[in-house]
Amino acid sequence: MSSAEGRKSFWRLACVSASAVVAITACGSSNTPTGSTQAPPPTANMKPPTSVGAGEGQLNLVLWDGYADKSWADPFTAATGCKLNLHPAGSSDEMVSLMKDGGGGQWDMVSASGDADLRLIYGGDVKPMNTDLIPDFKNFQAYFQSPPYNTIGGVHYGISLQWGPNTLLYSTKKFPTPPTSWSVIYDKANQGLVTVPDNPIQIADAALYLSKTQPSLGITDPYELTQKQFDATVALLKQQQPLIKHYWALATDEISLFQNGDVTVGAAWPYQTIQLQQNGGPFADTIPQEGATGWADTWMMATKAPHPNCAYKWVQWVSTAQVQAEQAISFGETPVNSKACAQMDALDAGSCHQYHADETGAAYFNTIKFWKTPLSTCDNGSQNCVPYDQWVSAWTTIKG
Amino acid sequence: MSVKAARRPPSKGGGAAPFQALFWRLPWLRAVLLLVPPLGWFVFVYLAALGLLLITAFWTIDPFTTQVVESWNLDNFRIILTDPTYWTIIGRTVLIAGLVTLTDAVLAFPFAYFMARVASRRVQTILFAAVLLPLWASYLARVYAWILILNHDGVLNWSLQKVGLPAANIGYTNVAMWLVFSYIWLPFMVIPVYTALERLPESLLEAAADLGARRWRTVRDVVLPLVLPGVVAGSIFTFSLTLGDYITPILIGGASSNFIGNVVYANIGIANNVPFAAALTMVPVAVMTVYLTVAQRLGAFEAL
Repeated sequence: MSSAEGRKSFWRLACVSASAVVAITACGSSNTPTGSTQAPPPTANMKPPTSVGAGEGQLNLVLWDGYADKSWADPFTAATGCKLNLHPAGSSDEMVSLMKDGGGGQWDMVSASGDADLRLIYGGDVKPMNTDLIPDFKNFQAYFQSPPYNTIGGVHYGISLQWGPNTLLYSTKKFPTPPTSWSVIYDKANQGLVTVPDNPIQIADAALYLSKTQPSLGITDPYELTQKQFDATVALLKQQQPLIKHYWALATDEISLFQNGDVTVGAAWPYQTIQLQQNGGPFADTIPQEGATGWADTWMMATKAPHPNCAYKWVQWVSTAQVQAEQAISFGETPVNSKACAQMDALDAGSCHQYHADETGAAYFNTIKFWKTPLSTCDNGSQNCVPYDQWVSAWTTIKG
Repeated sequence: MSVKAARRPPSKGGGAAPFQALFWRLPWLRAVLLLVPPLGWFVFVYLAALGLLLITAFWTIDPFTTQVVESWNLDNFRIILTDPTYWTIIGRTVLIAGLVTLTDAVLAFPFAYFMARVASRRVQTILFAAVLLPLWASYLARVYAWILILNHDGVLNWSLQKVGLPAANIGYTNVAMWLVFSYIWLPFMVIPVYTALERLPESLLEAAADLGARRWRTVRDVVLPLVLPGVVAGSIFTFSLTLGDYITPILIGGASSNFIGNVVYANIGIANNVPFAAALTMVPVAVMTVYLTVAQRLGAFEAL
């Protein structure tokens, strides 16, 4: 249970000074032409293998810290003979830069999050995978078999791993009747009592809220915003800024904000709620009527992966119900394998339901808009959408 | 030949003799050999990195692939100079760095004075250890300790409540940042001020007393001018350390507590917009250049 928070943000801090130097020197020679999303991904026509051969004895992974925990990595090595060489990445961005040039013939796989996936796919850094080689794939929740952030035109550029929703966390003391709308975090009545993540992708949360409360803006996808929709969203977030006590960077920070009474409502992950409730605090979370955003991770294979057989064996391994449950409990996230529920409850009674691992219907997953990289090309092919770098600079402006 | 041999410095024998002769004949060679490693390090590692940074600042990135596009332009600087957000952030950073420096100077002076001129040898050692002790603990642990003190249900509010005062909600504000920074960088001010005070000749104080100056007059006209370089030297540390920090704002800052470092971090760590980050980095570089020039005029470098 060590590091749901570490994974998402803390190490981003720790490695900045290092990556700054590396990035500056590394970027000196790159001169890649502008990508276009209308063309299919560069690796779309690469045929994945139809069978898994003997392991190569090695497997080099770029991953979130702890995604190859000893408790399931050691048995894997014992069973397959594939020795794991791990490179924990600090941020989605570090993953993208490590995977440049198809992993450079060094890296085999990356456990990318939704905000990095499209960049990797359209950068030609990852290649299609054959889902028939993953026996547990058929047990995945239908949504995670071909989610839009890793499957394009029916081609799977990776195998889904785990996910989590971004929920509305609140103090039941302050809100005896559970809030049903995200409006509470934009309400002046809660001035100085609100917290939201310090992350530009948070703009999508506001866009999702506006898509329901201001239908005239015509927002259909919170990650595909025209300039007008984007400006309206940023304006809403600027109004919200004076209500914010603190933009949280680490999950543990948010937990202590709630525990110490600094805030009473905010955007969170299930992990925080579960931690707070285990400490006996008067806290609960909900997915409000407008729906919620969410994050989801995918194992993707480098275009120049030197050990493809071990890579497939690894994905087979982490897709099994047992390992899915172990990872879910260890990280406070939700497995994509629908058969993992029983194992989760065996490891930690009631956890399956707490983490929504027992949801089956499309109705639930349709309420969650999973992170994907905002691109300048919208789904309808027009180039009117606001790309991610502008999200980042707008986020700076919002925080002021 | 024989004359030369006679003038050759006495050899201690062994293989060093030919080099000694060489150095004796070419005196500049010794200096060059001594200077090459530090100068090489400075030029290639330090100046080259800064130069690269400067060059990168004139490039932009492709918004989709986030690859650097090497076309020369001033867009990054234009954005920084025209967008009021960046002015606010730069202003906030410099202002808090200045306030922290001032606070530390005011706190450090009497403390260092006591350490250098009043305390016994034994007390001096104990105080030295006390000043340096926090530096042994992790920076993060110390910031978190302050969060525990300042937050809503923290030690501060609890104590205020006990004595019947209203709660001071300074957790997660710029005031909290100022407090934490002042605490964290205080040792970097105490040490140079202490060194300057210790160098102060006793005879000057005696002379001032002989000439009829009272204690405050002596402090104002004798001690302060002589210690000022030490204070300025310390302020270089407290100012530049605050100016470059980005962790404390993340941990204890409020809703609008972004520092320059935070924006640099967001642009590198999240957006991969290294050129913009490089351009923004030029701001603290410029601020520090001005600061160091003034500090040098005030004689701070002799006190280091």
